[in-house]
Amino acid sequence: MGLPSKVISKNLNFFYGDFQALHDICLDVCEHQVTALIGPSGCGKSTFLRCLNRMNDLIPLTRVEGKIMLDGQDIYSSIQDVVMLRRRVGMVFQKPNPFPKSIFDNVAYGLVVNGLRNKAHIAQRVEESLKQAALWEEVKDRLSASALGLSGGQQQRLCIARALAVKPEVVLMDEPASALDPIATQKIEELIHSLKEIYTIIIVTHNMQQAARVSDKTAFFYIGKLIEVGDTNTLFTKPKLKQTEDYITGRFG
Amino acid sequence: MADSTLNKSLKKKTSSKKFDIKTDLNADGNVFGLQRRKLNQFFAFSLFRVATVINGIALFIIIYFMVTRGWRAITWTFLTQAPTDSMTKGGIFPCIIGTFYLSMGAILITMPIGIISAVYLNEYARPGRILRLIRLGINNLAGVPSVVFGLFGMAFFVVTLKMGVSLLAGALTLGVMSLPVVIGATEEALKAVPDTYREASLGLGATRWQTIRKVVLPCALPGILTGAILALSRAAGETAPIMFTGAVFFTPCTPASIFDEVMALPYHIYVLATAGTEIEATRHLQYGTALVLIGLVLGMNLIAIIYRSRLRSRMN
Repeated sequence: MGLPSKVISKNLNFFYGDFQALHDICLDVCEHQVTALIGPSGCGKSTFLRCLNRMNDLIPLTRVEGKIMLDGQDIYSSIQDVVMLRRRVGMVFQKPNPFPKSIFDNVAYGLVVNGLRNKAHIAQRVEESLKQAALWEEVKDRLSASALGLSGGQQQRLCIARALAVKPEVVLMDEPASALDPIATQKIEELIHSLKEIYTIIIVTHNMQQAARVSDKTAFFYIGKLIEVGDTNTLFTKPKLKQTEDYITGRFG
Repeated sequence: MADSTLNKSLKKKTSSKKFDIKTDLNADGNVFGLQRRKLNQFFAFSLFRVATVINGIALFIIIYFMVTRGWRAITWTFLTQAPTDSMTKGGIFPCIIGTFYLSMGAILITMPIGIISAVYLNEYARPGRILRLIRLGINNLAGVPSVVFGLFGMAFFVVTLKMGVSLLAGALTLGVMSLPVVIGATEEALKAVPDTYREASLGLGATRWQTIRKVVLPCALPGILTGAILALSRAAGETAPIMFTGAVFFTPCTPASIFDEVMALPYHIYVLATAGTEIEATRHLQYGTALVLIGLVLGMNLIAIIYRSRLRSRMN
């Protein structure tokens, strides 16, 4: 309990048209921790994740009730600028989605759109980000090559580097390793572990072992409700609720 | 042998018997009707092959006639001189220049408007009744016969806006006619850009406009160029929209300003083939002009095609 809360969700309800996808979600995310969201498909964990940087704003006919506080500031309030929010809360998607540009331009993109003009600063930041994402050694000699020529695992680390380049405070990861082979997955997991020193990480995963390996806290979602949340060790060894136990032991879901 | 046929007929009678995938599907060594399915596939693929070959033959025949009947007409004089002797001799230089200017003008007018409209429709506009209505309008515009565009151009550009029969009025009419083609192709190209690119860009703190300008449009550019190629080909080849608005029967000089009237290749062919004094004697000139028209369109398209393939290879 020593760590301060970075993101707090207060009674969050979310609707796709008439369908309520999230019911009254209350969740504290601590700074410099990895929080894993688990639960069966369609349980709302990805929807919840996408609420945290207002990515769901892009989908027509959606509606949010309740509050999400980032450093005590409601991100859904009218004074919150959504462009500014997304710079502070970065995102890595399920399928690697590098732009059809060069490796360098992919990482530099966020810097350029946020107004950084100095070429030397951009180059320096690109190198730092690629090193942070453990990709630098593999790509340093071909930064001007197309990002689409990289392997799936490399592409995903490039997307992580791209997200890190703009120095976000929170990094959202939506099943970042689900499209990758075990070796690439292991690399991503190691990366997540090292990144929490600097960032606050929230990761959605279908893989229970992955949640157990990488996260400090785990939240279990089921049919749009947050069923149980706790320290990962406790939740996986002594879950409070029968539903949680059934899910993590593989009896349903 | 006899036993197996007996078994089969028995099976048919006892239809209440439970379906057994092992024995029933393999009843006559015909797994899931494999022979039949392969035959179906053969027929389907044969049909595709025939359709493709017919396409090729049609194109070949057109080009064959054009070349064999027209190539004799194509000389240096033909390409560089104006027509003489009531258009039975001389060249078609003013028509080449006229068609080049008309189609380029049409493209310059239609591409910016078309691309901007498509971006608005696909990226900004909120879905709803108004958007559906606009789409309906554009689709209907695509179905309007070209002669109607010609009449519209005459009534609006030539008469109402007092442009007279001119390069400008002709290019505007062709441009309006090409709009639905450009909008359609651009919208398709924009739809083909994965949403994950947009989300990645917005997720990094880019504005919607930055996302469109730096990610969406560059990705869609090859598709947009396809639209430009289609529009250009159509604009260059049409007769009806320009015959009341920009093209004239004969003018010996090339246009000095956008308010001058021009000669154009398709209209020249039409005139030679229907209204000339020596229709039979100028046959080779008609085919020659058609050949030049095809060559000109192909040449202009080739530039766009080369540029497009360069873009594509740079992206991958």
